[in-house]
Amino acid sequence: MTARYLFGRISGLVVAVVTVSILAFLLMHAVPGGPFDETRSPLPPAAKANILRKYGLDQPIWVQYARYVWHALHGDFGTPYQSPTETVLALLARVWPVTLLLGAIVVGISFTLGLGLGVLSALRQNTWLDNLLTSVATLGMTVPNFVIAIWLIYILSIRARWLPTGGWGEARLLIMPVVAYSLQPLAIVARYTRVAVLEAMAGDYVRTALAKGLSPAQVVVRHVLRNALIPIVTLLGPMIPDLFTGSIFIEFTFRIPGLGKFFVTSIFQRDYPMIMATVLLVAVLWSLTYLASDVLYVLIDPRVRLGARGR
Amino acid sequence: MSLQGVAAVRMLPAAPRNLWAAAWWRYARNRVRVLAAGTALVIVAASVAAPLVAPTRYDVAEIAESLQQPSPRHWLGTDAIGRDVLSRLLYGGRTSLEVALAVVALAVLVGVPLGVAAGFAGGWVDYAVVRLVEISTALPALLLAMLLISVLGSGIGNAILALAVVAWIEPCRLMRAQTLALRNREFVEAAWALGAGTGHLVWRHILPNTVGPLIVVITLTIPRMIFAEASLSFLGLGINDPLPSWGKMVSESVSYMQVYPVLGIAPTVMIALMVLTLTLVGDGLRDALDPSRGQPTGGLR
Repeated sequence: MTARYLFGRISGLVVAVVTVSILAFLLMHAVPGGPFDETRSPLPPAAKANILRKYGLDQPIWVQYARYVWHALHGDFGTPYQSPTETVLALLARVWPVTLLLGAIVVGISFTLGLGLGVLSALRQNTWLDNLLTSVATLGMTVPNFVIAIWLIYILSIRARWLPTGGWGEARLLIMPVVAYSLQPLAIVARYTRVAVLEAMAGDYVRTALAKGLSPAQVVVRHVLRNALIPIVTLLGPMIPDLFTGSIFIEFTFRIPGLGKFFVTSIFQRDYPMIMATVLLVAVLWSLTYLASDVLYVLIDPRVRLGARGR
Repeated sequence: MSLQGVAAVRMLPAAPRNLWAAAWWRYARNRVRVLAAGTALVIVAASVAAPLVAPTRYDVAEIAESLQQPSPRHWLGTDAIGRDVLSRLLYGGRTSLEVALAVVALAVLVGVPLGVAAGFAGGWVDYAVVRLVEISTALPALLLAMLLISVLGSGIGNAILALAVVAWIEPCRLMRAQTLALRNREFVEAAWALGAGTGHLVWRHILPNTVGPLIVVITLTIPRMIFAEASLSFLGLGINDPLPSWGKMVSESVSYMQVYPVLGIAPTVMIALMVLTLTLVGDGLRDALDPSRGQPTGGLR
């Protein structure tokens, strides 16, 4: 049963990733205009034919795709048009760590602080503290992070003159991006934690534990948190690949040379190899985390039947 | 619960019996949400009435009056090429609403039939729809929209299309789950046993029972799409010149932040207010229409 379920899920995942790659590949080749657009950079026909041949753009589309997949499986994702002196993998290896560092800090802050604030909020349910935290969480969850980023730049850089408006390479330059970027995941973690803790506290075993004479602190740590962690882990796991790849707006606003900023540049320049590689990277990471969180859900909660839960 | 709680409930006026009246009664109990609904209504009304209330048209540029501070003539000043910021804010709200409503309409038109068909027919229809949802969610929503726009080009129509490609999933999933849950309920089986056809079952028994949750999903999708449009336009992948949009105004303001911060602050405040109030309204509607479940709102998925 387990093996069959896993096999089904993994094959579904492979099908989804392959379909996405085919669709992305077709989409990008279906439209007029490209990196060697005549209107932007007129070339003699012979030179253009040479370039098209060099990048394999003169072949039929399915040949191009098959070739792409063959090379990709061997670790060759091509040459980025925006930086022809290196490979896509080298460019990714250069820019992704920037995004990973930012994402790791944000994941660390939002999960620890979010859990803490969520538990606090639940334990003080319907007090001013709970209301305040819930309001801030609603704000953090709904307002786009680039809006928060602009406000931070206005307050901290322009009014107070404490920090430069953007850049990368110094520790203090991380402050504004991390704050602007953490707010949404932090708010989501805090709100889910609050609900999960409240639900766990309504369980009979909590009343039993309290009746047995355990202190409220012991009950929270030993019984409530353990049970509350199940929904938290599974609901929030899928947020992580998002954080490692999705800082597009933050990187754009604060001029951080990470994956997100290069993705935007790639889109503007129709840099197919770079777009394809980024899309594949995100699709694989994203699907794997969904699978992992579903499997984890089954592993930590024996009440769940396999295959009963959709995505 | 406690005795005090019971007493407090008894003291409140009795809830109306009618479904919608009862929903309104539950909604109106929360003052913050009533305030949010009022604010959202004012912004929406001002945006819709932009041609009537705006001091100038959005594309009237007076180069000689560029980058002016707020004054009685230009309440929020002017932008880099001398366009009235207040007017552009009002018209920008109109753009955001147009995009959001068009996307939601498309999402409902595509998502609801697919979801109902998948839930009701089951079998290969369900399999196909579920796979389609799976493929569409193999990428983060905004990334997929950006990918599409990189191919289609920017512009209001393409922005609507790119966002609709990700927006249909939510209503589709909801309708599939609702239909699956309702399909085997006694009243549907009874109607079926009495000889009702598929059309009758769907129109008279399934759809009317999903109106509440569907309204909630629609209300919560609108602020998400305003958020998404603002984000795309902020990157320069949304609305084209000269049409204004809040996200675009933010991105235009970035280079002038040092000397002219109001240019960036005004549209960010509008985005925040609009998205926040509409989300509060959506949360309020969910609690009012379905008091039994209260889940936190997820991010943009």
